[in-house]
Amino acid sequence: MATPVLAGRSAGTRPGRPRRGGPARRRTSGDLKIALVFILPALIGLVFFYLVPTIRGIYLSFTDYSILGDPDWVGVKNYQAIAKDPLFWNALWVTVEYVVINIVLQTAIALGLALLMHHVARSTWVRGALLMPYLMANVIAALLWFWMLDYQIGIVNQIIEWLGLPRVAFFGDEGWAIPTQALINTWRNMGYTALLIFAGLQAIPGNLYEAARLDGSGPFQTFGRITLPLLRPVLALVLVLTVTGSFQVFDTVAVTTGGGPVNATRVLQYYIFQRAFNEQDFGYGSAIAVILFLILMVVAILQMKFLRGNESDLD
Amino acid sequence: MSTQRTARRITPGKVVALICLALAIAVSVLPFYWVLRTALSTNGSLAANSASLLPADFNLGAFQRVFGLQSPSEAIAEGGSGGSINFWGYLLNSVLYAGITTAGAVFFSSLAAYAFARLHWKGRDKVFALFLGTVLVPGIFTALPNFLFVKNLGLLNTMAGMVLPYVFMTPFAIFFMRQFFLNFSREVEEAAMLDGADHWRIYFRIVLPNAAAPLATLALLTFMGQWNDYFWPLLVGGDESSRVLTVGLGVFKSQSPQGAPDWSGLMAATLVSAIPVLIIFGLFGKKIVNSIGFNGTK
Repeated sequence: MATPVLAGRSAGTRPGRPRRGGPARRRTSGDLKIALVFILPALIGLVFFYLVPTIRGIYLSFTDYSILGDPDWVGVKNYQAIAKDPLFWNALWVTVEYVVINIVLQTAIALGLALLMHHVARSTWVRGALLMPYLMANVIAALLWFWMLDYQIGIVNQIIEWLGLPRVAFFGDEGWAIPTQALINTWRNMGYTALLIFAGLQAIPGNLYEAARLDGSGPFQTFGRITLPLLRPVLALVLVLTVTGSFQVFDTVAVTTGGGPVNATRVLQYYIFQRAFNEQDFGYGSAIAVILFLILMVVAILQMKFLRGNESDLD
Repeated sequence: MSTQRTARRITPGKVVALICLALAIAVSVLPFYWVLRTALSTNGSLAANSASLLPADFNLGAFQRVFGLQSPSEAIAEGGSGGSINFWGYLLNSVLYAGITTAGAVFFSSLAAYAFARLHWKGRDKVFALFLGTVLVPGIFTALPNFLFVKNLGLLNTMAGMVLPYVFMTPFAIFFMRQFFLNFSREVEEAAMLDGADHWRIYFRIVLPNAAAPLATLALLTFMGQWNDYFWPLLVGGDESSRVLTVGLGVFKSQSPQGAPDWSGLMAATLVSAIPVLIIFGLFGKKIVNSIGFNGTK
């Protein structure tokens, strides 16, 4: 790697020093010992809070475990029960619904905002204002909208009434509950996503647009033929972030609807939480967590494969 | 460039674009004003003035309630729950939780990042891939076993138990710092190495002082992330004594008194929880905004 540079320097600039020995020799024999010291704390974190828990989580999913006593090995019993559990299928369904609304809304709005910023306002102030919601905790975003969307005295319903439309029970209506949760998340994340796309837009060389203009390409053609294809790696990343993040929705649901009304917002992570902590069924909760893990893996692999997010057309 | 030439001309398309952008900014920012306006209102007057832009019956009672400065009877009279809620304690816990995890994660992660970027050792890339791979593991999946681990250590509802999973490293921090070290000029380091300094001394005397800017950015991002964390502190720090602000907010909300929620109290609590992040953003906004392109696309 940098060894040639180092060898060149030690030979040329420091005539008083012997060529071999010292740092140069340490390079060839490797820095394993000192490297271990450098990575030791991080390694402790990795092993005890990521690797061991991953194995333990998989193990627990094959057991019956209520915190008290020892886990009992039950084989695939939990998975068989999950397959027949209507609450699980409901959780999976409402989570997917939430994810889809988020992908469509968030990506579309963010792409629009990024293009607007790119063409009419590149100032840091604009970007800062759009980023503000993202800096807030999910809990804060949830409570803020819980108040603004209140059926009785929330400002949004007030505005809806002024427009001559009937009030909406955003959190209380089974049909609205998941879209409302997704809207809160979209509100919080759209600025951040827009900034990611904006950064991608700025990386596209200006001379490409110049060339397209000279060739008589209109704005829509330019967008479809140049902007969108060159944004692909960024869009792939945005999609992976949106999907993996949305699949793990918990905070906003936990502080607003608590899974309700009925089961309308009992999303996967909330269901896992309830099974593990309210019903002390750690084996069952772990098994659903394994399934969620697998879903996310498959989604990430598919997205990277189809969008080829790790390659850029710019090279 | 063409964008600069068109920037001076005002076209209908540009007007529409600016209106859309203004709308998006309004949707992003105005809710914060609404929180402030509600926090300064009196609960009893909110219903009658639900659309007034100014506080309904201006009053600081909500903030007093949040900091436990009102007696239960006073609080109940103003629409509060009268339940014990002490945001000073939660605020302190949040500062400790976010502060300790940030300090530890940034320091230890940058050490590891240096070893991944600069040192030569067998298996380096494989170990790094292992660290990077943990990003794929959903938080809930490791949270259950981590909860059991912390419980077995007897550290439930302690600050130590809460910070443990984050204080040694975060995968993002390692990735972020490694990226910086890879682009960092080697020349100074190599000169020092030729003068006989070892890696340890080079790291603390030369690399670390030169990495102040990215370390600061990383610390800001980590701090805000930890400040906003909810799930893990809820699992291991649910008790009154160890609650952080986000968890306290959830509890406050669930204490729905007298039928209707204590809206002004809830919004005051929300604002108190948001203020530290807002201050950080006010001070370092540009740094944070400019970091987004980096961590996303590079």
